[in-house]
Amino acid sequence: MTQKFPTVGRRSFLAGLAASTALPLIAMPGKLWAQEPRAGGTLRTPAWPAPSVLNSAISTAGPETFLGPKMFDGLLAYDFGMVAKPQLATDWQMSDDGLRITFNLREGVTWHDGEPFTAHDVAFTFMEVLKVHHGRGRTTFGDLLAVETPDDLTAIFVLETPNPAMMRALDSRESPILPAHIYEGTDILDNPANTAPIGTGPFKLAEYEIGSYVVLVKNPDYWEEGYPLLDRMVIQYVPDSATRAAMLESGQADAVFLNMIPAQDIVRLDEQPDFTMDTRGFEGMPSAQQMDFNLDNPILANVMVRHAIAHAIDPEWITQNVWYGLGTAGKTPLHVDQVEYYTTEGVPEYPYDLDRANELLDEAGYPRGDNGTRFELMLDPSPWGTESITASAYVREQLRQVGIDVTVRTQDFGVFVTTVWTDRAHDLVLYTVNLGVDPTIGTQRFYWSESYRPGSAFTNGAHYMNPEVDALLEAAQVETDPQARRDQYAEFQRIVMRDLPVMPITNIHGANIASTRVHDHTVDALGVLGGFTRLWIEE
Amino acid sequence: MTTPAPSLPEQTPQTGPRKVPSRAMLRYILRRLSQAILVMLLVVIGSFFLIKMAPGDFVDTLAGTSDLTAEQMANLRARYGLDQPVPVQLMYYIARLATLDLGYSPFNNAPVLDILVKRWPVTAILVVTSVSISMVVGTLLGVMAARFSGKPVDLGISILMLLFYATPNFIIAVILILIFSIKMNVFPIAGFATIASGYTGWEYIRDVAWHLAMPVTALCTFFIAIYGRIGRAAMLEVLTLDYIRTARGKGLTERRVIYVHALRNALLPLVTMAGLQVSALVGGAVLIETIFGLNGMGRTAFDAVFQRDTNLLLGVLFVSSLSVVVVNFIIDLLYMVLDPRVEIK
Repeated sequence: MTQKFPTVGRRSFLAGLAASTALPLIAMPGKLWAQEPRAGGTLRTPAWPAPSVLNSAISTAGPETFLGPKMFDGLLAYDFGMVAKPQLATDWQMSDDGLRITFNLREGVTWHDGEPFTAHDVAFTFMEVLKVHHGRGRTTFGDLLAVETPDDLTAIFVLETPNPAMMRALDSRESPILPAHIYEGTDILDNPANTAPIGTGPFKLAEYEIGSYVVLVKNPDYWEEGYPLLDRMVIQYVPDSATRAAMLESGQADAVFLNMIPAQDIVRLDEQPDFTMDTRGFEGMPSAQQMDFNLDNPILANVMVRHAIAHAIDPEWITQNVWYGLGTAGKTPLHVDQVEYYTTEGVPEYPYDLDRANELLDEAGYPRGDNGTRFELMLDPSPWGTESITASAYVREQLRQVGIDVTVRTQDFGVFVTTVWTDRAHDLVLYTVNLGVDPTIGTQRFYWSESYRPGSAFTNGAHYMNPEVDALLEAAQVETDPQARRDQYAEFQRIVMRDLPVMPITNIHGANIASTRVHDHTVDALGVLGGFTRLWIEE
Repeated sequence: MTTPAPSLPEQTPQTGPRKVPSRAMLRYILRRLSQAILVMLLVVIGSFFLIKMAPGDFVDTLAGTSDLTAEQMANLRARYGLDQPVPVQLMYYIARLATLDLGYSPFNNAPVLDILVKRWPVTAILVVTSVSISMVVGTLLGVMAARFSGKPVDLGISILMLLFYATPNFIIAVILILIFSIKMNVFPIAGFATIASGYTGWEYIRDVAWHLAMPVTALCTFFIAIYGRIGRAAMLEVLTLDYIRTARGKGLTERRVIYVHALRNALLPLVTMAGLQVSALVGGAVLIETIFGLNGMGRTAFDAVFQRDTNLLLGVLFVSSLSVVVVNFIIDLLYMVLDPRVEIK
């Protein structure tokens, strides 16, 4: 039963959280005991929504990014902290000017159909597929001029400008390598292999029932000796999140990944001895809830009004009560997990203070009218998940207290996207978004003047134009010196939080919840969006 | 209890169905067919414009869940003809439909027909099983209530009916899951059959039955209540008729009077109801299909609306209206068998 509104009091919630994080050794010894990994077994996991295609090179939607890396490999993988490690590339060198990167490829890798994997596959994938058809490909690989292939096991990336973001986007989720011999010379979006994938990855497709389930089986010829451990994986598409929770609870499923059951169920099940929650492995895909101000609205164009609204809303309350503590209150446009660049130093803050909000609104020239209302605003919450809709009820009530009459307009996803990003008929829009592997890819689009593109969803919907910010973002795009890049993003965070075109609400902490019999689903930064080569299940 | 209803002539129900003249039958079938085609054409055109009136198309919804550049979006629109004016799109659609080509579902990356061939049986089995079970159980309960009218049995059944009638089926579904899956772990919660089980024959049938036990029960409760109440009312009415008095007068057992003489006439309103419900259930099973992770027609239509997957939605509506037309036709025939007074015109 999905509860729209939280019923767990904050006190009991916090007590429960403390018990589940601080005492596992005492209360639940089974959870942490090291055991010998076992080969074999089937992993059953419910998910939603169902995929359109079965690879993440031509679709960046959630279901595809979960399935793709099980069947495809990337050039690199990333350890916790986004430290690059070998996958299809065994080692790599960057030239001093950052414009040539040489990848030495793994020998003896074969595709699921038995053909050998070569540098030509790499060149083809980046130049013909990722640059053209990947949703973020144009941003990430826009300045990739060519991939040279002097021999079968060497691929040299030739860049127009240095591209630090690209080096963080070469894993199997973001840049899976596709087989050139299957795709070359065909209409890539129309290729039948899109739903019958041939990869080099640890699992092969066994059965695909559109919209219902996917069955993957172990690739016995996987290049990594002894892996994967699992024999089989069954991903069943179940639309109702309460049903997914019930499947896990009754033992009819082994794990539910990527927050696909309601936060209160994750927290509740984690308190039981049979289940364990893991919040690691989301640093490559930090997601956040935020609220855009439409700056084309003359009232919201006034920065004092935006500051007042920020003072009237307590992100901490939303984080605790809407996200059940699976998050951190947002303080900057970046996610707290983006440790390299995230900073609050010198960044303006807007502590929860209704009096201050009222003062600012008076000063801004919007006194309360006879009915106590200063002005009216329309708030569009994203219908993706329930959290934005729930949070908007809180926002509406908070703003009512400072004399702003907010109408919440809940629509279906297609209408929501069109209303906000095409028709621009919104005042406030509250939504959740993936902030990507690098600020260039995930954050820049909301603040860069050039990404004000009506018709494209999740772009600069605020219509924020600041040459200073543009300059910083463009410099960071090509900056190869880590310290200089950190400084640029620090400055960016300070300016953007001062101007506040977008109000950060919650840095979401992704969570996977699994039976304690399931081990090692998260072994590096890619988390459950990796290949599951190490995942094993107790008998 | 003794006033005869003037509308129904005294009769015994034992005459068999009258032989239907074949030419009249043929004309009847042709007329029904042309009506059906008209109905389905109206359904398709109506829903086509309805879905086109909603803002946003499938490219917008796709762009909302994955990142797409403006150029990629334009390419997709051109690929699926979404850049054409709506009337032109409709013409293309109807022209294709005339050749029984239901088009392509861009969201699922598969022809609509391939998808519906898998999903229609799920709903068909769910609905036919539910309607059959509720009709038998509901009718029996209704007959019992009528037979013991005013006695504790009647009261008990009436209270049960009211409970079934008033409880939404999704609540019953959740209660069933709590008891039979989470607590007792007897029934599988989601899906139509065990995935990749390799079951065949009876093993497979048993597996499907196990999977459908809870969804069918949840769907049934409401309809059992409907059939029970209608059955009780119809029986009470029929039991007042003269031919029943005659039957009793002949010295037949009460059991025979009730189940052979009275029930047959009382069945007519129930059969009408069944026809209506099959139609309603095709769409009304959405919630149950959602909760139990069954990929049927209702669920498919629901998702297609939100994904702006026009072809898939129209395909569902087309196949559903076809099913409804066929079911109604069968009901009409069944009527003739049950009640020889009914003639085709």
